[in-house]
Amino acid sequence: MAKWTKRHWPEARPAGVMAALLAAALMFSGQAFAQTAKPEARMSTADHATFKILQEQFGSGPEVTKACLSCHTEASKQVMNSIHYKWSYEHPVTGQKLGKSEVINSFCGNVASNEPRCTSCHAGYGWTDMKKGPPKEETAVDCLICHDQTGKYTKIATEAGHVAVGEVSPKATTITGAKAEPVDLSKSAMSVGLPKVENCGQCHFYGGGGDNVKHGDLSSALYNPSKHVDVHMSTDGANMQCSSCHVSKNHHWAGSRYNIDAKGDGGSHGPGARRDVATCESCHGDAPHKGPNPLLAMKINDHTDRVACQTCHIPEFAKGGIATKTRWDWSTAGKLKDGKPFAEEGYTQGNGKHMHTYMSQKGDFEWGEDVVPFYSWFNGQVEYTKQEDTINPAEIVEINRIPGSPDDPRSRIWPFKRMVGRQAYDAELNHLVMTNVFGPQTDTAFWTNFDWAKAIDAGMKQAGREYSGKFDFADTYMYWPITHMVAPADEALKCDSCHAENSRLAGVTGFYMPGRDSFKLLDIIGLLAVAGALAGVIGHGLLRIFMSGRRKA
Amino acid sequence: MTTSVHNLDLDRANAPKRKDGDALHKYRITIYKGYERFWHWSQAFLIISLLFTGFGLHGLHNLLPFGLAVMLHTGAALLLMTLWVFTIFWWFTTGEWKQFFPKNENLWTIMKYYAWGILQGASKPYHKRLHSKQNPLQAITYVALTFVIGATLWSTGIAYLLYNLWEANAWSGSVLTTVVFLHTAAAWGMALFVVIHVYMATTGKPWYHYIQSMVTGRDDVDLSEAEAAYLEELQGEPLTRSPRH
Repeated sequence: MAKWTKRHWPEARPAGVMAALLAAALMFSGQAFAQTAKPEARMSTADHATFKILQEQFGSGPEVTKACLSCHTEASKQVMNSIHYKWSYEHPVTGQKLGKSEVINSFCGNVASNEPRCTSCHAGYGWTDMKKGPPKEETAVDCLICHDQTGKYTKIATEAGHVAVGEVSPKATTITGAKAEPVDLSKSAMSVGLPKVENCGQCHFYGGGGDNVKHGDLSSALYNPSKHVDVHMSTDGANMQCSSCHVSKNHHWAGSRYNIDAKGDGGSHGPGARRDVATCESCHGDAPHKGPNPLLAMKINDHTDRVACQTCHIPEFAKGGIATKTRWDWSTAGKLKDGKPFAEEGYTQGNGKHMHTYMSQKGDFEWGEDVVPFYSWFNGQVEYTKQEDTINPAEIVEINRIPGSPDDPRSRIWPFKRMVGRQAYDAELNHLVMTNVFGPQTDTAFWTNFDWAKAIDAGMKQAGREYSGKFDFADTYMYWPITHMVAPADEALKCDSCHAENSRLAGVTGFYMPGRDSFKLLDIIGLLAVAGALAGVIGHGLLRIFMSGRRKA
Repeated sequence: MTTSVHNLDLDRANAPKRKDGDALHKYRITIYKGYERFWHWSQAFLIISLLFTGFGLHGLHNLLPFGLAVMLHTGAALLLMTLWVFTIFWWFTTGEWKQFFPKNENLWTIMKYYAWGILQGASKPYHKRLHSKQNPLQAITYVALTFVIGATLWSTGIAYLLYNLWEANAWSGSVLTTVVFLHTAAAWGMALFVVIHVYMATTGKPWYHYIQSMVTGRDDVDLSEAEAAYLEELQGEPLTRSPRH
């Protein structure tokens, strides 16, 4: 329910000069926004380059962390208690145990048995066994991955979170797929500052094994986006950082993909202000539209309680020339040519890069750019189909579910990336399975041996799960809420994008939407009545003319 | 100088009664007052705008962008509501509301005339009087239009406009569907009325006579001698006799 408060109909203020000053201040508030939003604009009271303890030669990541903890005594405790470190999350509403250590997705599947590859993006060093949980030593927290400001600090793709120091294999790559170079840990330690997009992006832009593969709205296009790609993060726009919205408190970050505040808290806070959710409304409030005229603004604001801001303001995702994976069919993986794995590059994305459309290791892929989202009612409480849950493989299995309905006042219409998958399941128990894909030295890992039976067996054993030994492949959907890559206001959807037959919201049913829905029978009767009346009066009129002509004759 | 009949307090009880043998003569006088004509034509414009924009919103044509259609539809509705506030005031202060409740002329005769007599060149079985300028068919149509179609459009339209004030209720979804259904059904009724009304406006002699009289306000009315004398007195000069006599 939109509140028509005086916020939207500013009162006239008596003091003329003050009013003018205020108006001027309001006009420039957009610029003020941009300035306060940049963390680097905040001056630190400490120059870490002057700290003796950081000037020594470090032999490993944990040695740096030890130095950090000598002053920041509570930092590791805070980080180790966060989802960035625990990879475990108990959903407060559904009670489901989620987090990367628990769930299965439709990309690389599961972490268990693939640890050193998957945990290369863990905010710590050396998590090699999911079952044992993340490392417990305080020095195992990776401070630099978030705080380095040299831009050189990065992790090796297959080393359970460790960083390249000293001799680095010429074949080694980093978590972003770049060639690994030795990192100067001392230089990095002396550079520290508040996290910027370059820090967050190293992991979050490369989820699923490559740039923008997983989310669709998080890619390296956000490092230096145009306004079209992201109006908030563009230097021509608000020039914001990730942390401008995802504010932190004791190393806990606002924003969640499991327990989303689907409706916003209705409050309007300044960027960087302390709050516990990272919604659009946190800054913009729930009646942000002011134009083009008061009547239309009011009408658009009437939508904010049922339509997520993202629905109109992110008309498409995977912008900026970087495609997202839209379909991943694992069932075709394992084909070999002359006994050797091969790959096909059948897609060229906007920035010119050729993308795999088939890999022996992974199967068939499809890619999408400027993708029109899938829309659904959503109450923010994502539920997962976990490994132990029973599935119906005859239907498309939803890897996660996005509950919501028009009758639930907490639900709004949200945009999603709907990932299409085909992945392995236990054909007897009707459970999803965990697969061991990574393991260059093992005889079970799929990417090394191309044998599903061994890979599933090893994955299930490592995770300690029951497995019948029989597997098949099921079609799956997985839903990723779209919330980044907000377009400039002039690119927002127009009314007709939804209020029309066969519109974007054609599939979002269960309620009456003007312009899209109608009462077919009523319209047919109405049209027939009006057409009948027209025919009747025309006939009557012609008769009148004819008869009067005859009378005259 | 013309005299507007509405300035006369010609209440039905006080009006000169037609007695047997009391001669009636046709005069051409201003029967539609300035406000009444303004009301008619602005309402006609607004109703046609509402039909056009409304059917656009309903998806029957794509001649307007949805947002613009919402603005125009809402704007026209607000104007029409304002117009009606003034019109209701005018009805009751002038006593004109009584025009909508005609006396005992035969509805059947009127219907027969429009169905057949008009084709035969028969003369109209109804003559406008000062305080009953609508024939019974017209009157019953306008009463139905106001109290059935109009009332439905008004009530559902206002409910629709104020949707956000009641949508938080659990029943809002099904009620909205009903509101929309009734609004659309009544709109079809209004469209039907417009088609027939526009045609009926051409049934005068000559064909544009009624349209012209709704523009100029002047039409032929049967006046008793007493009525004519009263109007002449008020006007200070002789009344114009109808050219048809």
